[in-house]
Amino acid sequence: MHLTPSEELLLDGEDGYVAQKAMEILTTLGDIYDADRLIPIRSAQIAGVSYKTIGDAGLEWISDLAGTVKVPSILNPAGMDRLRWEELGISEEFAEKQEQIIHAYERLGVAAWCTCTPYYLRDDLSRAGDHLAWSESSAVSYANSIMGSRTNREGGPSALAAALIGKTPNYGYHLDENRIPTIEIHVEGRLSGTDYGALGYLAGAIAGDRVPLFQLESVPSNDERKALGAAMAASGAVALYYVKGVPPHPVACDIRERITIEHREIAEVYAHTGRCDPDIIALGCPHCSVAELTELRDLLRDKTVETEFWVCTSRKLRDQHPNLVAGIESSGAKVICDTCMVVSPICERYGCMMVSSGKALAYVPHMCGVDAVFGSVEECVRAAVSR
Amino acid sequence: MIVQGHAVSKGVATGRILISETPISFLGGIDPKTGEIMEKNHPKNGVSISDRVFLFPNGKGSTVGSYVIYSLKKNNSAPSAMINLASETIVAVGAIISDIPLVDRLERDPFTLFRDGDYVEVDGTRGRVVCNEDDCGVTDHRSL
Repeated sequence: MHLTPSEELLLDGEDGYVAQKAMEILTTLGDIYDADRLIPIRSAQIAGVSYKTIGDAGLEWISDLAGTVKVPSILNPAGMDRLRWEELGISEEFAEKQEQIIHAYERLGVAAWCTCTPYYLRDDLSRAGDHLAWSESSAVSYANSIMGSRTNREGGPSALAAALIGKTPNYGYHLDENRIPTIEIHVEGRLSGTDYGALGYLAGAIAGDRVPLFQLESVPSNDERKALGAAMAASGAVALYYVKGVPPHPVACDIRERITIEHREIAEVYAHTGRCDPDIIALGCPHCSVAELTELRDLLRDKTVETEFWVCTSRKLRDQHPNLVAGIESSGAKVICDTCMVVSPICERYGCMMVSSGKALAYVPHMCGVDAVFGSVEECVRAAVSR
Repeated sequence: MIVQGHAVSKGVATGRILISETPISFLGGIDPKTGEIMEKNHPKNGVSISDRVFLFPNGKGSTVGSYVIYSLKKNNSAPSAMINLASETIVAVGAIISDIPLVDRLERDPFTLFRDGDYVEVDGTRGRVVCNEDDCGVTDHRSL
């Protein structure tokens, strides 16, 4: 890999041990994946935040670092709501460790926004054509597939290394030749809302790490595309996909396989519902947009939930939309921030979780050891109020 | 004997080879306190990788494995060095942040060249493994 003279100096330790380690991570990854050089990034989004996930090992590493990130950097969801952890049953010990992790990142100049939807925070984190170093798989898919920016799916340390240097090795989804769809997926019937999460749950398992091109009979909204991409990144390793007729368009196609997903198969994902009786209903995976919060507020109007009901979103949106939050919470539902049903240890206390997300459906059984059932947002609300 | 390969993580260290024929998930597969292999059904279950030159094809599983390698180092239970067929990001990053020498893509197949207990030097800076002819490829290290 070609390095500029100033990059060579960093690698030689001229700017200290941490910058040197960060450069070693970037150049080694570049070597493994045949990158030709480092390229500047617009922003970084760093995974490895929840104490449940990274434990003492991760906390130790981050605490030992020193330095300052060179580009706007934010965090993935943590293991708890940073303000309401006690109410949600998080232990004091967990909360303390979780705060230590977040403060260790803050010390490096990382903004303590803990969300899987960084694209709702600030417009300048990702624009079309930008190179990024983002970790969260659904955000990676959103950036690549909807915003037209370019990022690989970074691990925690490589995203942090990229943030500290302000660059990432030029390989994978940064290159045109890896952004060409190779599998075409034709979907029968019109889809809406959570159908896209169900579709992603099925399509990800088929596509693996390929780039799919969807032929759909309906035009998905950004929220629906968010759900589709998130589910494919969880049931498979899809980091980029296209929808025919919806920008951004692929610059070229090299379709090697064509498959059809029938509407019946999507309906079968919902048929999981009923296998267990939900004792928690959790929405907002990925974190809810303003439109999704509005829909929930409207559905929950004048209703009272009788089952634990979580609506996960980013702290920023919660702060910006107090009336929406008040509307939702007047039903008894909780608008939870900084975390989600997948990365919080709280979820392990429940037996059956109802979700509206294909991503959560793929992860909850493995990461929480909890049965999961899938329903539309309307069905989730109905299940909550009619016990 | 000098076996040339690729430098992944810098530094030089010596130790006795410990072979895992199968890929390793550090998260869940290695005890971060003791360095013992915890993976069920692994032929070397219960054997510690601590202070050994750990030879395995590549990492697998969760990316948290990088932090587990760092924990091993902090707990003085880390391997002295590692050799891979082809390193992936989990092990490469773990070795770098933990200052553990790591080389991969050796010019000769390390699984036929080395035996458990062989005493070698891993040079992660120059990307090579050095061993005394008498100490390598010996099937029975009775002195161990």
